[in-house]
Amino acid sequence: MNASQPNPQPKDAKTVVTRADIDHIATLANLPISDGQSEELTKQVGGTVAYVSQLQSLPTDDVTETSQVTGLENVFREDEIDTSRMFTQEEALANAKNTYNGFFVVGRVLEEK
Amino acid sequence: MKYEPVIGLEIHVELKTKSGMFCGCPADHFAKKPNTGTCPVCLGLPGALPTPNKKAVEWTIMLGLALGSEIAEVSKFDRKHYFYPDLPKGYQISQYDQPLCRGGKISTSFGDVRIHRVHLEEDTGKLQHAVVDGKKVTLVDFNRSGVPLVEIVTEADIHSSEQAKEFLKKLHQIVRYLGISDADMEKGSMRLEPNISIRKVGETGMPPYKVEVKNINSFRFAAAAIEYELKRHEALLNEGKIPVQETRGWDEAKNGTVSQRSKEEAADYRYFPEPDIPPMRFTKDVIASIGSNIPELPDVKKTRFMSAYALNDAVASQLTDTRALADYFEEAVKAASVFEKPYSPKEVANWLINKKPDIEKVLPAQLIEELHEAKKVVAVSADELNAIITPVLSSNEKAVADYKAGKQQVIMFLMGLVRKQLPKADTKIILEALKGALES
Amino acid sequence: MLADLPISVLAQKLKRSEITSEQLVAECYDRIEAYDGTINSFITVVDRKKAIERAKFIDAHRETFPSPLAGIPYVMKDAYLTKGVRTTAASKILDAFIAPYSSTVHQKLENVGAILIGKMNMDAWGHGASTENTDYGVTKNPWGSDRSAGGSGGGPAAAIASRFCVFGIGEDTGGSIRNPAAWNNITAMKVTYGRVSRYGAIAYASSLDTMGPTAKTAEDCAFVLEAIAGYDAYDATSSQKPVPSYTKALDKSIKGKKIAFPTEFYGDALDPNIKEAILVARDIFVKEGAEVTDVSLPLLEYGVPVYYILAPSETSSNLGRYDGVRYGNGRDLFTKENMRRIMTGTYALSSGYYDAYYKKAQKVRSLFIKEYEKLLSEYDAILSPVTPIMPSKFGELLDDPIKNMMADLYTVIVNIVGLPSLAIPCGFTKDNLPMGMQLVGAMFDESTLFALGNAYQKVTDWHTRSPNLVNS
Repeated sequence: MNASQPNPQPKDAKTVVTRADIDHIATLANLPISDGQSEELTKQVGGTVAYVSQLQSLPTDDVTETSQVTGLENVFREDEIDTSRMFTQEEALANAKNTYNGFFVVGRVLEEK
Repeated sequence: MKYEPVIGLEIHVELKTKSGMFCGCPADHFAKKPNTGTCPVCLGLPGALPTPNKKAVEWTIMLGLALGSEIAEVSKFDRKHYFYPDLPKGYQISQYDQPLCRGGKISTSFGDVRIHRVHLEEDTGKLQHAVVDGKKVTLVDFNRSGVPLVEIVTEADIHSSEQAKEFLKKLHQIVRYLGISDADMEKGSMRLEPNISIRKVGETGMPPYKVEVKNINSFRFAAAAIEYELKRHEALLNEGKIPVQETRGWDEAKNGTVSQRSKEEAADYRYFPEPDIPPMRFTKDVIASIGSNIPELPDVKKTRFMSAYALNDAVASQLTDTRALADYFEEAVKAASVFEKPYSPKEVANWLINKKPDIEKVLPAQLIEELHEAKKVVAVSADELNAIITPVLSSNEKAVADYKAGKQQVIMFLMGLVRKQLPKADTKIILEALKGALES
Repeated sequence: MLADLPISVLAQKLKRSEITSEQLVAECYDRIEAYDGTINSFITVVDRKKAIERAKFIDAHRETFPSPLAGIPYVMKDAYLTKGVRTTAASKILDAFIAPYSSTVHQKLENVGAILIGKMNMDAWGHGASTENTDYGVTKNPWGSDRSAGGSGGGPAAAIASRFCVFGIGEDTGGSIRNPAAWNNITAMKVTYGRVSRYGAIAYASSLDTMGPTAKTAEDCAFVLEAIAGYDAYDATSSQKPVPSYTKALDKSIKGKKIAFPTEFYGDALDPNIKEAILVARDIFVKEGAEVTDVSLPLLEYGVPVYYILAPSETSSNLGRYDGVRYGNGRDLFTKENMRRIMTGTYALSSGYYDAYYKKAQKVRSLFIKEYEKLLSEYDAILSPVTPIMPSKFGELLDDPIKNMMADLYTVIVNIVGLPSLAIPCGFTKDNLPMGMQLVGAMFDESTLFALGNAYQKVTDWHTRSPNLVNS
């Protein structure tokens, strides 16, 4: 999916979070959760979602959203190489559990993305 | 049933800035030792924060202007979330609903291809597969992580593999003209992803599916992948099936595409505005000043070459293939104009195309010197000429007789024989002397 | 006890060689060794020998370290990267993570010669208001060992209250500096968003996170903020506004200063002890020449819902990098509370819900900004409680998400708007539990808050009290 695709139809804020929602969200969030946890999270996330849904009663039709409070704009760096922060290969790998020949190692992933 | 291909393209181009998109690590990552060009930012360490590279932003705007896009007055970066080992932060800093550029087009001989949007993001690390201690693993190198990457998305205006190829070649040429990327496909600095579907001829809506093909590293493979998919879709539709919406990869060995991931478990990227980077705002003046750095682009240059230098389409196309060659040609034309009897641009063009000099080594003036040397006319006296013409005529009595009988074109045969002995003499002089001798 | 003294006095004594940094540091280590077994405010204590060596070096080169913080021992919440020192965010995921670079705040303090002695306990990844959600054992409140030290920065606050160090650096996303300050009887400045660099501080919720000083007094906080504030090219959201002299602002007269007193803040949700204490404080401000006026901030109740959309959403994103590939352990080691917040945030950002939750919250955020901007154009500060409740007993907040959220009632809205806020001690209950209040100011007007806080602390002595620690 690319960014050019239209947004799916916005759903209404809802207060019921289902077990299926939780399992789907856990996959998205890359969190390994057990069945027991899934059940518990369904209740707890559902509770939080129900609580925060009270915002829906506040009219905001003509309000634009604020994602940053600084009012800053156009903060850039010049295109220059900054070696002061660069790591040697050894430093880059120092905190990794699994390395090989200068690479980080992970279990084989499918040749896709 | 007659079908019509409906193809859109997504093209990723790595910018050749000195440093990264959001950090000061070198953007040149090719053939470096793994994980030797990283810092807290591009390695996604805790606490690291991005600061955008000004040049990368300006170059993206420049590309947009070159494509005729509308440049955003206000733009911003967004986080695009997914998990993959080559993505160090669990999100890619990209652009969602306020890309730097929207719209624009590239004209092809099959019709215009509209640009949907052009946006800026960061590249990911690189994966390679290996077996370590008997275990199948994937190795990760983050040198490429955080290199500025421009994504160009077209509308689904392409209706053949040839058109796709022509579009891609033109885009490649524009990017190289602007000097913002090497766009080297072998090195992966230009990457192509066609979105392919087909519909019945006469229909106008978008087909209910599309197939995205990845891992394509040449224009030829892009065309081949499109051809392969078109045939596959047609076969499926003829069987009454709808092709599965999915991502496929080009398999060079198989000379076809293979399924990679079904889009049924559709990705949900959870975009939201990147809180670590303030938004961008561009005034008309800033955009104009970026635009003023755009060189003459290939199409315009070609047209100018055709009219200013009286070249035909094919020759003008060849000469404007790269900006360097076009500049070289114009320098050579200048060098050729200093002679008492200047060489025409057409002569220069033909000479350049035939000689194919290494334009990095041979100066345009040198090339013209060679041309001049080759064309130099040696002065010949009338006596010298006659000393050659007389024996030629006497040993070709039949030709002489034919000429006298009215077959005037025979003179060219005789001319050739004389020319052999006087390669550098002026053609006109030989011709006049021959005529004189024949008619005397 | 040297750590009882204000920074201004310590700096003078060090300068005149009446004491040495070595002595001061050693005394702190002695106290840590004696009492932190009970309090558990540290996750990592910097090697004593190394700290003493550094102190000796500063003592020997005092002329090259003119800062009043030179030779002063301090601690950092374990959310700050400190090169060569373990940095965990109180999570087993980073149990063995040795920071390969330093946060800007740490680097600045190193440069002026302050001496880091510890990395402090907190709720893992900042998720909590009680330092119970930590993988390194709860931090006990020095004023009552059955009670929480607050959170998420309970560790640094408890350490300052216990005089294990002279000052601390906290991180405040929804009250994490101010809530522990109130519960430990210390003073803390939650700075304007962008005033102090966030570079190298582990992100909780990026658009809310602020880095600030915690210490015994407003005066001490002013000294520390002066050293750590300012623009940082490595943080694109840091402000280029010049940093004023906060220490010079301390003694500015507060006569005629206008303080707003939002009546909604003093309703049923507030513990009556805290209400009473703040009413007394209100009178003190009036006595000192300030004008205090009742005002209305009707949107208060929406602060917590907005916060519990924005913060989980951003944290679900920020914690994506902890995949165990380049550093740390796997994602199965997130605590229950971490998982709750990641899940809630992922839900709020997911396809179809974004507009109803995240976008809606960002719109309400605009309403808050408008409301506060208007009020702060008419007033110099807003007087507010820090927490609605007294230090909680262990377990009280842990498994009740809503109650947990309500502990942040008065603090979160300040982060959502980005304002500075000074939390100061304002009294004790009959059971000798400390209480705090906060003064919220206009964007980048920390100076006024320091002046108000300093004026208050000159005529009160709550901040001078320290708990009676027992040897473990």
